[in-house]
Amino acid sequence: MTITPFIIMAVILFCLGIYIVCTRVNAIGFLLGIELILNAASVNFVAFARYHENEIGGQVFTLFIIALAACESVIALAIVLGVYKNYKSINTTNISSMKH
Amino acid sequence: MEDFIKNYCWLIPVLPLVGFVFNGLPTAVGIKLSRAYVYTVACGVMLLSFLMGVGVFFTLKALPETAREFTNLVWPWIHLEAIQLDIAFLIDPLSSVMILVVTGVGFLIHIYSTGYMREDKDYARFFTYLNLFCFMMLILVMGDNLMLLFVGWEGVGLCSYLLIGFWYEHKPNGVAGMKAFIVNRIGDFGFMVGMLALFWALYNTGHATLTFTKLKTVVWFLQPQTILGVSAVTMICLCLFVGATGKSAQIPLYVWLPDAMAGPTPVSALIHAATMVTAGVYMIARLNFLFTLSPAALGAVATIGAATAFIGATIGFAQNDIKKVLAYSTVSQLGYMFLALGSGAYAAGIFHLTTHAFFKACLFLGSGSVILGMHHEQDMRLMGGLKKYMPITFMTFLTATIAIAGIAPFAGFFSKDEILWQAFARAVHGPKVYYFLWALGVLGAMGTAFYMLRCVTLTFFGTLRANDKKTRELVHGPHKDHHGHHGDLVPHEQPWNVTLPLVVLALLSLVGGFLNVPYIITHFFGGHSSGLFNEWLSPVIPLQAHHEVSSLEWVLMFKSVLVAAVCMYLGYKAYTSWQTGVDRFVKKFPRIYDAVYNKYYVDEFYHAVFVRGVLLFNKCCFSVDRYIVDALVNLVGRFGAVYSDIIGWFDNFFVDGLVNGSGSITDFTGAQLKKLQTGNIQHYAYGAVLGVVVVMILKILM
Repeated sequence: MTITPFIIMAVILFCLGIYIVCTRVNAIGFLLGIELILNAASVNFVAFARYHENEIGGQVFTLFIIALAACESVIALAIVLGVYKNYKSINTTNISSMKH
Repeated sequence: MEDFIKNYCWLIPVLPLVGFVFNGLPTAVGIKLSRAYVYTVACGVMLLSFLMGVGVFFTLKALPETAREFTNLVWPWIHLEAIQLDIAFLIDPLSSVMILVVTGVGFLIHIYSTGYMREDKDYARFFTYLNLFCFMMLILVMGDNLMLLFVGWEGVGLCSYLLIGFWYEHKPNGVAGMKAFIVNRIGDFGFMVGMLALFWALYNTGHATLTFTKLKTVVWFLQPQTILGVSAVTMICLCLFVGATGKSAQIPLYVWLPDAMAGPTPVSALIHAATMVTAGVYMIARLNFLFTLSPAALGAVATIGAATAFIGATIGFAQNDIKKVLAYSTVSQLGYMFLALGSGAYAAGIFHLTTHAFFKACLFLGSGSVILGMHHEQDMRLMGGLKKYMPITFMTFLTATIAIAGIAPFAGFFSKDEILWQAFARAVHGPKVYYFLWALGVLGAMGTAFYMLRCVTLTFFGTLRANDKKTRELVHGPHKDHHGHHGDLVPHEQPWNVTLPLVVLALLSLVGGFLNVPYIITHFFGGHSSGLFNEWLSPVIPLQAHHEVSSLEWVLMFKSVLVAAVCMYLGYKAYTSWQTGVDRFVKKFPRIYDAVYNKYYVDEFYHAVFVRGVLLFNKCCFSVDRYIVDALVNLVGRFGAVYSDIIGWFDNFFVDGLVNGSGSITDFTGAQLKKLQTGNIQHYAYGAVLGVVVVMILKILM
């Protein structure tokens, strides 16, 4: 079995993620896009690990990504909550006080 | 006592210096000193100095004749490989005589000044200068080398300048001071050239020295030397003599001395009659061993001396200012001293210096007393009859006049006759031109007797003319009363501190001559002395070989006295009973009178030639400076200005443009770039994605 289908899937996932990140205005949706990008990377890790004989680093890395993604989601959601408290909105176009 | 004198004779010059400091420092910082303090200090140091001088004299006298010389080293001064000069004082018979004259006459004149200057506001300054002068003069006569002598020489010139211009509020006094200073400077230049030439010539022989005692032993090496094709000795002597003509007011540099009478009268007596102006005589006598080697230089000295003696005497005929008469008399008497030196009779020159110090100081102080008595009137045409009002001044003045006229046995007879005889003797045994010089001297002596009696007659005999309105207007112009006193002027005798020095000096001019009775007279009385004074000086100035006692000397001696007496009688008569005759003579030959009255227009000549010449040269220099040097400087300046304009423009536009430009570019870029930071997170994501895409495209392309 070739690696190509896995990579194609990863690309599709990645592009979807990017698309979501670039277009969604809602912060939660934005986070979902990021999860998709992370998962695309994880799929790639697993696929390349399978492609190389006796190589387990990819799987391990994927596990780390899953764990980190969980942590990241927690912190990001906490930030979103904090943002909501301050701005009464989680719409990213409204949160532009970092502007020059 | 002897050891004390030997070790401490430096105190002689230093004591007046102490007085100078004690009076001068407080005055300089503006402290008003009491008169009693000032004159106690000033006269006190002079008295101590004089007593030291007397001590030196007796110490020398106690020594055997050949050992009468010692040097008191004070300070090693210039020690070079080529030459060694010390601040050291040479004590020998010659300097001891000079010390006694300077401190003795100096002390008397200090006493006199306490009276003469009693109403002056700058009392302390006067005594300060006077003490400084004595210090410098003593350095001059005591210095053991030519360089130290020169230090004193310049120092007395400075003091002379300061004291001539003492009453500087009145401009002519300051001008007279400057004239004296500048004319002296010309002479000093000659002196310096002479001194350096002497050093140079001796250096060539490998015996460089300027110390008198050593010079005496090495001077023989100079004989084969030449400078500019002329014998070195002659050249050096002439240069040094130029210095002497400046300081001692000889032709052609005598013009400053009559003007120097602008100073207070004690100054005229001390500096411009008794001491400073004799510095040239002293210097030549000190260097007698050098001058003896050059008969040509001696001839020049004698010629200048005789000519000055004669011309000075003739100018004295027509002067109306009592001090001017005495000034020209001084010029004339100094001429006699140089005639003596030039005749090789150095001791006679120094002897005349000494007696002249007595009678001329007495005359000047007497004239000062008269001026005080006449309420600062100096014109003899306004005097007359003062005999009655000022008997002491009259008697002393008359004594000194007889002395200067050369009537035996007053001091002037012995000294002047000695000079004339020596000149005559030199003519007999040497160059015949000395006959002519001797004749000039005799004519000068006749003139001296005449103008001195004229002076005495106008001042003391007859009746007082000061209150005669017509004479007053003749002298001072109409409606001009200088002195602000109204009513008749009544002359009065002066207090003791003015008359005491007069009496002492008059006594000295009466008996001073017996110090040096000529051999011919002692021989007549069965003695063998050739004059105490000559013998005293013999370690420094070798005694002259005795000429045979000739009847000629007796004849000349009697002739001198006779001629002097006749001229005195004429001088007296001419201004008493023959007054109309004199007036008629003046009217008949106005040219002669005017020429004499105007001092042969020498001052005018000097003014036209030298002063104008210098001013013309000055103008030329100014033009060169103005039109050439200034133009160059301005050109360079203009060039610099243009050049810097260009540089400035470049700086403003290019360098500043670069600096400002880089600043404003950064500013602009920042302003543009900050627009990228929208704060919208999506935009940043676009950026990241775009960056990835670009990197990927690049990766694919390469």
